[in-house]
Amino acid sequence: MRGQDIVLPIDPQGSRRRTLLQGAGLLSAATVALLGGRPALAAGLKATPAQLEGDARILNTALGAELEAVAAYQVGAESGLLGAGTLKVAQQFQGHHKEHADALAAAIAKLGGRPVSPKAGYAFPVDKLRNELDVLRFAAGLERGAVSAYLGAVPLFADRQLAQVAGSILADEAMHWAVLRQALGEVPVPTAFLS
Amino acid sequence: MPGALALLLCQGLAGAGPAGEGGALLRGQALYARCAGCHAIEQNRTGPLHCGLFGRRAGTAPGYAAYSTALRRSRIVWSERELDAFLRSPLDQVPGTAMGYAGVKDDAERADLIAWLKEATRPGACLPKP
Repeated sequence: MRGQDIVLPIDPQGSRRRTLLQGAGLLSAATVALLGGRPALAAGLKATPAQLEGDARILNTALGAELEAVAAYQVGAESGLLGAGTLKVAQQFQGHHKEHADALAAAIAKLGGRPVSPKAGYAFPVDKLRNELDVLRFAAGLERGAVSAYLGAVPLFADRQLAQVAGSILADEAMHWAVLRQALGEVPVPTAFLS
Repeated sequence: MPGALALLLCQGLAGAGPAGEGGALLRGQALYARCAGCHAIEQNRTGPLHCGLFGRRAGTAPGYAAYSTALRRSRIVWSERELDAFLRSPLDQVPGTAMGYAGVKDDAERADLIAWLKEATRPGACLPKP
């Protein structure tokens, strides 16, 4: 790897807890906290039904992208191109995207919408992934795009607390992007502002 | 990278300067990174592929089935003008679109992005792989 290796801090208890929660079909504590006490989500009190339908539509687009990210990291993990340290980080990032997807699907359902499902297949440019750097660059491009997508979605929510949830996810994905850039040997945080 | 586009980008890098056509394409290419969370030129993703965009009726990208009813019914045929209006504020232009994105508000950025898209998506410059 041209840049610095990325190493995941060991947190077996936290990982095990997350696995148990997900395995039981429950949302993680963080997800529950994000969705907890959302008045508009709970009763539609702050926004009109049409506005909430619009919020659900935005969330569903984000959910589609999160499900794609989960699949993309799976491709990377199964490529055989990642070193052990990088693989652990990729799996952790994939876990984050799974949590985002769970949170978004729960929010969509609360809004009365129907969460999209993962596609049967994704058209990833696997023929262009020949080494670890290719995989990292591919993942970095997706994460950078996701940051912009959430930035573009945040101002649109009728329920401002949903905007906060989207902002929370945005922050996580921006950190993914920075870590991936660092691993690629690029300046991890290239600008003061992002669009 | 398509030959003509590569040449223009090289001209931009070689000193045509940021004000030249090559500069606009370089900036447009960089701006497209904002779209890469959902879109690609040659592949359908969360959003539809862009190859062959100009002159295509909205809601008809090959192999893409997740369009909103609103966009399918919009009767838009993508041109520089239509794309400029849509990218400025997608939800104002097509209420109900699934593209939940506030828009590219800067006029110059939209112009650069559209200039690059026009090159990168023209027939022969890309190959749809839906």
